[in-house]
Amino acid sequence: VSLAPDAATVEAEARSASHATLSRNGWIALAGVVLVAALAPLVVSDFWLSQILTKALWLGLAASSLIFLSAYGGMVSLGQVAIYGAAGLTYANLVAADGGNPAAWSPWLAVIGAIVVGTLVGLAFGFIASRSEGIYFLMLTLAFSVLVYYFSSQVTQLSGFGGVNNLDLPSLVGDPGAAPAPLYFTAIVVCLVLYLWMRYVSRTPFGLALQGLRDEPARMRALGFDVRTHRTLAFTFAAFVASFAGLLSVWYNRRISPGSIDLGQTIDILIIAVIGGLYRLEGAWVGGLAFALLDNYSREWTPSIGNVLGPERFNTLLGIIFLIIVLASPGGLVGLWESGIDRLRRRRGGGGAPPTTSEAGHPTGGPAATTVK
Amino acid sequence: MSETVHSGPGGGRPDVADAASAAGQPQADGRTTVTPKRVAIAAIVALVVIWIAVKAAKDFSQFATVTLNGLSLSALYFVVASGFTLIFGLMRVVNMAHGSLYLLGGYLALNFQQKLFQKDDGGLHISLSAGGGGGGGDYNLVGWLVPGLMSVLIIGAIGVAMQQLFLRWNQGQDLRQALITIAISVVAADQMLAAYGGIAKDIKAPSLFPESVSLGSVHVGFFRLVIVVGSALAIGLGLWLLIKRTRYGKIVRAGVDDRDMVAALGINVQLVFASAFFLGAMLAGVGGVLGGTMLSLQPGEDTGFLLNSLIVVIIGGMGSLGGAAIGALALGLVDAYADVYLVFGSHDLTNYSILLTFALLVVVLAVRPLGLFGRPA
Repeated sequence: VSLAPDAATVEAEARSASHATLSRNGWIALAGVVLVAALAPLVVSDFWLSQILTKALWLGLAASSLIFLSAYGGMVSLGQVAIYGAAGLTYANLVAADGGNPAAWSPWLAVIGAIVVGTLVGLAFGFIASRSEGIYFLMLTLAFSVLVYYFSSQVTQLSGFGGVNNLDLPSLVGDPGAAPAPLYFTAIVVCLVLYLWMRYVSRTPFGLALQGLRDEPARMRALGFDVRTHRTLAFTFAAFVASFAGLLSVWYNRRISPGSIDLGQTIDILIIAVIGGLYRLEGAWVGGLAFALLDNYSREWTPSIGNVLGPERFNTLLGIIFLIIVLASPGGLVGLWESGIDRLRRRRGGGGAPPTTSEAGHPTGGPAATTVK
Repeated sequence: MSETVHSGPGGGRPDVADAASAAGQPQADGRTTVTPKRVAIAAIVALVVIWIAVKAAKDFSQFATVTLNGLSLSALYFVVASGFTLIFGLMRVVNMAHGSLYLLGGYLALNFQQKLFQKDDGGLHISLSAGGGGGGGDYNLVGWLVPGLMSVLIIGAIGVAMQQLFLRWNQGQDLRQALITIAISVVAADQMLAAYGGIAKDIKAPSLFPESVSLGSVHVGFFRLVIVVGSALAIGLGLWLLIKRTRYGKIVRAGVDDRDMVAALGINVQLVFASAFFLGAMLAGVGGVLGGTMLSLQPGEDTGFLLNSLIVVIIGGMGSLGGAAIGALALGLVDAYADVYLVFGSHDLTNYSILLTFALLVVVLAVRPLGLFGRPA
């Protein structure tokens, strides 16, 4: 039984750790990954750049907002697609496009509008959902997502079933169809900044208190923390992140339709987060990459078994992989990697491996362990 | 109305977090105090009632038709959601594949109906059908009832298989169980798309049934009003009796409150769980058969009914049968009224009707965070 941190410890820890957004090795690894990512366009084809890497980046960003909530706040939200859908729809309706609202704002103004709307929707949803916990929270946020989907498919003034097409994009991004590199670099910068920001927030007193709430809401409440406000604000911050994912996704697709924010997409984002591991932010992009690869290449090697399995049955394959990961490794790919490293270290005789970093939450093994500590 | 399968504190685990959150919530006692929030909500409700009353006074037969349609929708929602809430109440399993079971139930019944009763000749006539006979789209009562029953039983068995294979050994890990059932629903949706295609289909009602019944000047579909509402009432009553009046119901209620203690008393809890899962899945199947006849079967219905069940139980309170009934009633009526009455002068806002469903959810949760009949732990 671990003791809950009292307020003083939380404060002290916050003060000592507030600069340690990443450890030194973390910074080195991050720099390496960013360098490789930045050099990738020299090596890979345009197809790869767009269909795999850019897609992995924005999918990962959406999933990372989910992981942020789950890892630091203990809230597994299925509402992230609702928020990125709201941001995407706002952008699509504010700029010049086929269908939707004929506002034709400048794209950059629309970007601001989209982020504001997405964040406000997140604030509202967060306010409603913040009183629920665990599985109730999951269900309520799922309801949010499906409601936004139905909203977008029913309200023909804003979207309707065909969606909004041929969006006007900022000049910075250019035309991703012809030249994917600008959008790719934009996505890298956005993801990098938001990733570091999420890491930073998790080390602030706010973030540490959030982790306290995750583990011991009763004690934190007794210590005078306002649980509901903390949860609401965390959800709002995650919504801010998800709004950027929404923007990247509409830039990537140049369109948004109800089909791109439906339950299937909600579940895809969840699957990405679970593949990556629900308790490590970095996992989001690992999951995104795995998903994009599967999406593009599994059709070629999936054996055809009648009507049951084959190139057409991508969702079956995805569902089975998801099922296997949930059953076998709650920590996802990152969890597998970490347990592999741990085992290696232990074999080298270094005694017990250091426990996975404190901010990573759920030391008892991943998202599923909701047992009382 | 707290007569049913309410959840215990984490099903026997000393769940500190649960108890704590309960302590922080407004308790569900009978006292009412006047707060601005309550006044605002009362005002909203009053406005809605007045608006509907004005509309009803203008055209009563339309109002009656809409209301009866709403009731039949409510009945269907209740049938499906009661299974969902039963499973949750006893086992704290949120079965995200409930919508898939609904849709599969409908498809299986359709399949059996077409395979076994397509040619309506000779042997199978148990001459309940008065006119009919002959044509491929013509079925007697047996041609509807038997496929329906077969499919319902199979769905029940699938539910048990799912529980035994995937959920049993993850007991107590509610999040993981939810993820597992989500994975199952993804696979199921894809497989149903492969097997049955994307075109909307429906199960044929027996030709014996009249098209509609007339109450004065109001005409409502017979199947909707009589069969669906009747089934819902029968199921509701049956479940209530089962849980309140039988030994099995006692065990279930005891299991909800303290699973370990029940097991310690020598009752095979696993058997109770499996049977509850059978029953809950069966109810999804019944919903599928009714819904497949009353509405239609197509990909996406699984999501739709999962959402409906979620909203119904969130409104009504997880695990409460009475709550499911009230929640279904509220959702069905709001759906029905919003589709027709959201017209203000020349402004047709029926497109936005989904927002009303959302508003319903928000209003209920604002007053009762655990749903109308939800009990804190």
